[in-house]
Order: sequence, then structure tokens, then C-alpha cells
Amino acid sequence: MAARVGIAATGQIKFGNLSEYDLVDIMAYAATEAMEDGGIVEKHSIIDQVIVANMGGGIINHQTGIASSLVSRLNLEPASAELVENGPASGASAVKVGWMAIASGLADVVLVVGGETMRKVTGWAATDFVATLLHPEAEYNMGLTLPAFGAMFTRLYMERYGLTERDLALIAVKDHENGAKNKFAHVEETCTIEAIHDNANAHVVNNYVAEPLRLYSVCPVSDGAAAVILVNMDSPKAQQFRKPPIRIAGIGSATDTHCVHNRKDPLALAAVRVSAERAYAMAGLRPADISFAELHDAFVTLEMAISEEVGLFPRGKAVDAVRRGDTRIDGCLPISPSGGLKAKGHPVGATGVSQVVELVRQLRGEAEPGRQVKDPRYGMAVNFGGFANNVVTIICARE
Amino acid sequence: MAIEDLERILGAPQMPLQPYPAKVITLANGKEMVVREAKKEEVGVLLGTVYPLVGVAKDFYDVVAARMYEELLAWYRNRIANMFAIVGVIDGTIAGIVTSRQVHEKLGMSLHTLAIDRGLRVGAHLFAAKMENHIDVLGAGEVWIVAESPIGYKRWMLEYELEDRSSLYPEVRHELSGVPTHSLTRALWEKHRANKCTGLRPAPAHLLATAAKLKMPNRYPQIPGFKREQWQRASA
Repeated sequence: MAARVGIAATGQIKFGNLSEYDLVDIMAYAATEAMEDGGIVEKHSIIDQVIVANMGGGIINHQTGIASSLVSRLNLEPASAELVENGPASGASAVKVGWMAIASGLADVVLVVGGETMRKVTGWAATDFVATLLHPEAEYNMGLTLPAFGAMFTRLYMERYGLTERDLALIAVKDHENGAKNKFAHVEETCTIEAIHDNANAHVVNNYVAEPLRLYSVCPVSDGAAAVILVNMDSPKAQQFRKPPIRIAGIGSATDTHCVHNRKDPLALAAVRVSAERAYAMAGLRPADISFAELHDAFVTLEMAISEEVGLFPRGKAVDAVRRGDTRIDGCLPISPSGGLKAKGHPVGATGVSQVVELVRQLRGEAEPGRQVKDPRYGMAVNFGGFANNVVTIICARE
Repeated sequence: MAIEDLERILGAPQMPLQPYPAKVITLANGKEMVVREAKKEEVGVLLGTVYPLVGVAKDFYDVVAARMYEELLAWYRNRIANMFAIVGVIDGTIAGIVTSRQVHEKLGMSLHTLAIDRGLRVGAHLFAAKMENHIDVLGAGEVWIVAESPIGYKRWMLEYELEDRSSLYPEVRHELSGVPTHSLTRALWEKHRANKCTGLRPAPAHLLATAAKLKMPNRYPQIPGFKREQWQRASA
């Protein structure tokens, strides 16, 4: 039987423009915060393995061997260390690899750190860097980028389900309301539906990025790092942490075709659905059991599409939930209480780890006032790689 | 030589500049920002606003603040020609400042853009207002622009698709430090104005009234824990 794996500690640096800092330094900062959170004194004797999530070190930072570098920066030798690169799902994949290391009996304590510094280059260069995950000949060479895919996806979703630009703005308002209260969020500002949609000058304040997606429909380009410490909950080492662990109840991942045009229905996110089904099966849970979710809203349409694929709302009905306010922090199913990628930011390698940090903070009751979900039991995170061709779902439980 | 005679020699010759008509922009957070021309007698409050940022290295705030401080002082003491400053004011408090000067009736020389409030595109709105003043109000055919910070480069050079005039050096040379000069031509302005420049005119009187007496900010996102009273005591 696999070991029970829990999250004993979390750490994060505030997302934003950290371009003056070194990539490994911000990862080390998040890791140190996690050790602080766990109250670890003898870090050398307790951490068996380090898993690092990063997507752009080689391209943006001209730096490889990042896991080795981080171990050395933290003086954690001789812990074993590996890098996980799985596009924007690198973070959750790293958590999964850490989970596997413990579940298999290879390690008892694993430090997982995700980090990215995307603002060392222009926004356009960062967009180009992320686009390297697309099919090189069929997509990238045709000039496609992730915002372009997001725009086409949104246009189709609008046609099929009656989504409007005002609905997109409503999600942004909700996300920024949460993000403004999150000390780790890149954008700590609220926005109003009048200002970003209804007013005469809204088209400038909230300009098109890739029509119909506007500035407030897409995530910012962020730097950041996040860390979690995973433990074998039945190991004596788990007792050395000062807080009881939050259990990883379910974890699942799945893939879909690399090229979006090879899918029967471009709106069907099969990898999201299957990864969630696997996570639910492992956890022995159903969608109705989920108290709140952190979904990969790199552009806000995805929040709705993912919430439907994982069964939180019937297909095509998430937009009604948004209009009713169901997904607000005081709604019946809060989504992205952290502010989501939209407001918290999306440093790609860090995002999946940061989502898990948020699950833990919520389940421990440690979120800031005004964005703490009421008495949550199960939190779900969906980290979305590529254009939904590699997705990881994690469900955490308060024991 | 009498001091008045010396002043006539040392002081900058000034050409009359049309006043910039005030406007109001509703920011993303719903707050109304009054955008209006600053008056020379308001330089004191502008200097007090800029000064704390001279010590902030992040995002080149130090260089921009120090240079803007000098420009404002030179404006007050008549050592710069044809300068204007535009302020963004939220609830009476200064949220951002831009400085610029008209070289002659066909050429504008953009000086600096300083956003105090972050995350609301205050700097972008004020930069657009500065360009609007140069081209639409004062009638310039182009504005020469440089950027100290990477953020400035992204916001101006890339987003406005400015023409790179650096190959024309030294004939084309921005007044700031000899760094590569870019130009916003009237054609580029016409192309980008609709998506970059906004604001309600005439500005409602009640909002203009809130911006009549400028207040220095008591909060700087760039300076965590900033308290003006403590800071003033320390700097004294």
C-alpha cells in the first residue's frame, strides 16, 4: 500500500516583477519560507529529495542544472535533486513526482520548489517563450501563441454557450477582489465591472490583447516562486514539523493531442476531465465534495471551461454560476480564492506549486480575512500545461 | 551688471503654450483620476511627492525621480524652456506626474513619466496625456522619447511602435543623456490614440474641485511602510 502523503509546510514569495533577482535566489527564498513554516531546524537530516519545477530557465535565464544549483544555494547536499519541466503544468507535475517519491518509499520528506522569472524579457518575448510549447510546425511556425489560442477558444465558447465579454469581466472582478487580499498576489488591486466593461473609456482601461480577450481577461506576466514540503505522514519525520500535514487525497494527470486541431471538439478539454477523474478516483470523492477550487485561469474563459470539465458545473452552465456569484468567495463554490492566475499572477514554473500552497493555506484556515473559504474540507487544483495537452489535478484534504 | 539683467541672460526663453484641458479617467478600480496641467506654484508639492522615490532603485525610480526633481526645480526657477507638467490626481492626492517640453512649435521633447500608484496603468494614461498635449493641443508634428527603464521601453517604444531614430545621431539627439532616441510621429499617434488615450471632457466640476489643491501621497507602493511624517523628520 502506498504511503500517505501530506503537505507539512508551504512557502512563497510575492509574485510580481522580480526581474532584478536571480531565479535560484527567489526559489531559495520560497524554500526557506517553507522551512520556516514547518519549523525545521535540522534541514540536512530531514529533506531527502528536492524536486524543482521550471519551464524557462534555459531559454530566459540561460541557466540549466537549476535543481543542483538550488540544493547548493540551500546547503541541502547530499539530498537528491531533479528538475521537472512540463510547460505551465511543471509545478503540479513536480508535486506529483514528489508524491510518487514518497508513495513509493524512496523518500520520506521532499521539498518541491517551483519558480520562474519571466519579466527579464519583454512581454512579447515572454509570450513567444511560452509559445515554444506548441507544435513547432503546425502551430508555432504559423504564428500561434497562447493568447491567440485563448482568443479562438473564447470566441467558440461564446458562440456555443452565450458567454459575453461582460461575463469575462465579471470573473476578473471576482479574481481581483480575492487577489487584492492575498499578500502573495502580483496585482493587489480590485477592479469594477463599470470601469473595465460598462464605462465609455473601458476600451482603453481594459484594452484588447487578443480579441475578444482584453487586458482583464488574461493573466499578467509574472515572476515568482513557491514551495511545499511533502512528508510521509506515517514517518517519524512527519512529527518534526510544527503543523499537522494537509493530506494529498488524490492526484491525477492526463494528456491530450499536442495539436489542438487534432481534437474532435476544440472546446472539449479531455486531459482536464481525465486527470480530474483520476484524482477523484484516488481520493474516493465526487465533484460535489469539493469545497473550493484553484483553476488554471491563464485567461478567464478557462476558469469556466475547466470547472465544467472537472464536473463542478454542467457543461455550458458555468457562465450562469458566474452571473449568480456562485464562484465568489461568499458563493456556494468559491473558485480561485487566491485571485487565480488572473490576479495572483502566472510565473509558469511556480504556478502549480503556488496553487497547492493556496489549497493548504485555505484548508488550514490561514488565508487572509475576506478571502478565507468558510470551513473548507476538500480543495482542488488544476494545473494546465500546453493548450490542455498535459494537465495535473490535485485534491487536498483537511483531516 | 544688475541681477535682473543677468536673469534675462541666464533664464530660459519661453514661448506661450496653449493650456491643456483637464479630463477625468475612470481607472480599473473604479476611482476617478483627474488629469490636469500642474501650475508652477504647485512645484513645491510636486517636489515633495517625487523626493522619496529618489532612493528607490527598483525599476529605475531613482533615476527618473532625481531627473524629474531637477526638471521641476528648473521649471520653477526658470532654467528650462517651454516645460509643462501634467498630474494625475485621485481623491486630491497625486498618483503620477509627467514632464515634457516643447522645443519649438513642431517638436516635443518628452522628459519623464513617474507613476506612484501601481497596477492601474496610471503611468500609461499620463504618458498618453502628455503625447495628447504635444500633438493635439500644442500642434507638434512629433515627440522625441527615450526610456530609462525596461518598463518604459515596453510601454512606449514597443506599444506605440515608436520610430527608432538612433541611426540619425547626432543630428537627432534627445536631450536626456545621449541614449537612443525614438519618435512618436503624428501618424503613429493617429494610429494608437484611440486605444491609448482616453478621458472625459469637460471634467466634471466637482471632480476638478477635488484636484484643485494637490496633496502629497502618504503611501508609496515602492516604499513599504512609508510614513510621510517620519520620513520628513528623517530627511530634515
